[in-house]
Amino acid sequence: MAEEGIKSVKYGAIQLPYRWSIGEAGLKFFQGMKNKKIMGSKCPKCGKVLVPGRKFCSTCFVDIPDWVQVSDKGTIESWTLVTYPYINQPANPPYIIARIKLDGADSSFHHYIGEVDISDLENVKKQVKVGAKVQAVWRDKTVGDIMDIQYFKLI
Amino acid sequence: MVRKVAVVGVGQTVHGKRREVSFPELVHEAVKRALDDANLTIEEIEAVVSGSMPAPMEGVNAPHLYWGDDAAGAVLKPNMRVATCGTTGMSVAQSGYYHVASGMFDVVLAVGAEKQYEGEAQGTMNTVGDAHFSRPFVPGAPGVFAQQSNEYLHRYDVPEEKIRLAAAEVSVRNHLDAFDNPYAHIKIKIKVDDVLNSRIICYPIRLLDVCPQSDGACAIIYASEERARKITDTPAWVKGVAYCGNEYWSSDNDSVENPGTIEVARRAYKMAGITNPLKQLDVAEVYNPFTFQEMMHYECFGFCKPGEAYKLVEEGIVSRSGELPCDPSGGVLSTNPIGATAMVRVVEAALQVTGKAGAHQIPDAETAFSNGLGGANHLISVMILSRTP
Repeated sequence: MAEEGIKSVKYGAIQLPYRWSIGEAGLKFFQGMKNKKIMGSKCPKCGKVLVPGRKFCSTCFVDIPDWVQVSDKGTIESWTLVTYPYINQPANPPYIIARIKLDGADSSFHHYIGEVDISDLENVKKQVKVGAKVQAVWRDKTVGDIMDIQYFKLI
Repeated sequence: MVRKVAVVGVGQTVHGKRREVSFPELVHEAVKRALDDANLTIEEIEAVVSGSMPAPMEGVNAPHLYWGDDAAGAVLKPNMRVATCGTTGMSVAQSGYYHVASGMFDVVLAVGAEKQYEGEAQGTMNTVGDAHFSRPFVPGAPGVFAQQSNEYLHRYDVPEEKIRLAAAEVSVRNHLDAFDNPYAHIKIKIKVDDVLNSRIICYPIRLLDVCPQSDGACAIIYASEERARKITDTPAWVKGVAYCGNEYWSSDNDSVENPGTIEVARRAYKMAGITNPLKQLDVAEVYNPFTFQEMMHYECFGFCKPGEAYKLVEEGIVSRSGELPCDPSGGVLSTNPIGATAMVRVVEAALQVTGKAGAHQIPDAETAFSNGLGGANHLISVMILSRTP
């Protein structure tokens, strides 16, 4: 135990700025997002359309020169309703995150599901289902960011 | 040619809220216990492998410098840091094994540690993914595993309620078994209804489906066959070792019938000569940070067919008196000093096959399975230990 007048724990924080390279594939993908187009890359070997598009296929380990536009509509592969808070959380709970496979894509990515009454879990479960169809809701002003899509809504 | 290797000493701290010790002091505690267990001095350790979670977890950003040499006894010795998120403890354990199996060293110490109460675990884990595509959608570890669990709930022609109930029983069992483990953190007597009525963290995961955050450290001493026989009468022989990565983009592989998780077990079984895990394994320390993960692991590891994990729980096959007791230590669900957690699985396997597990000993356990998991199925690892070489 600490002696009287001395704390046994020291409090502190580290704040550091970063400059993360977006990458060659990232630039292409986010250029598409700025134009409200979702771009994937089609592997010349396995033929899979990977979204967001990438420079290489991790399975075939070959470069991917070909890019294709995919739909901004897709299917929920899985989802969760987040209800607990913690430091650095990307949004204020409650909110819904889903893994979405867009039509024309062979892989999926994560985004928010919006326009659902999330005050009641049972209500959410009735509406948000594995296999449910969704569509991107774009922001009016796009800047070339994953959040140019505000969220996906059920259709 | 790979040499035979045995675990000749293990050490754990009491895991929990360990505010009274600094990080190096915590590490030192586990290392001293492993040395005492093997009846070795630090001079007899030829090399050290150590690891913990990403350094921002504790906020001293070169833990290898902070405690790796001094507290783990690596001054003037090789000391390699290995950090692979949740599977760190197993990566460290396997690296220690490689050091001896390769013939480079005869006696090697592996150390894993974490002090989760010093930092913000979920806040740190939110930064393990890239900032461009993933980070805005990483709701901490529970949020990531919740999506995997939800997919599992809807994969098979099994009513959601059946799987949900079995997962609740997994929580009850682990938290109860923890009472017989002197090193475990959360020991609570709960009922299935307590789990089902605990608050939602990330649907379908409820509070009592989730592991705790713990402070704790763990150490293993490995020796070559010749040295092992001189050091101890009860070596735990390493029989199977395997490790698999999966793609960064979690959607590139099946998150339920996960290719890496299935492959890692297949390779470890092949090395250990196991064709029927349910019959040939006597006990398994499955990496179970969430109840549903424990059940998915049963299936990927071939303890049962896909979609049938709930039956193993219902029929008591994975209980301590069952055919293949799982996590008799209380598992990750009761105790989670992350950088040490996967190594604790190996240590528990060693305790079981050497008959030293005390109150949670599975009678006559000869062959034990242990595994680790890092990221969302990104890094998966298995070690199988046995009483006989």
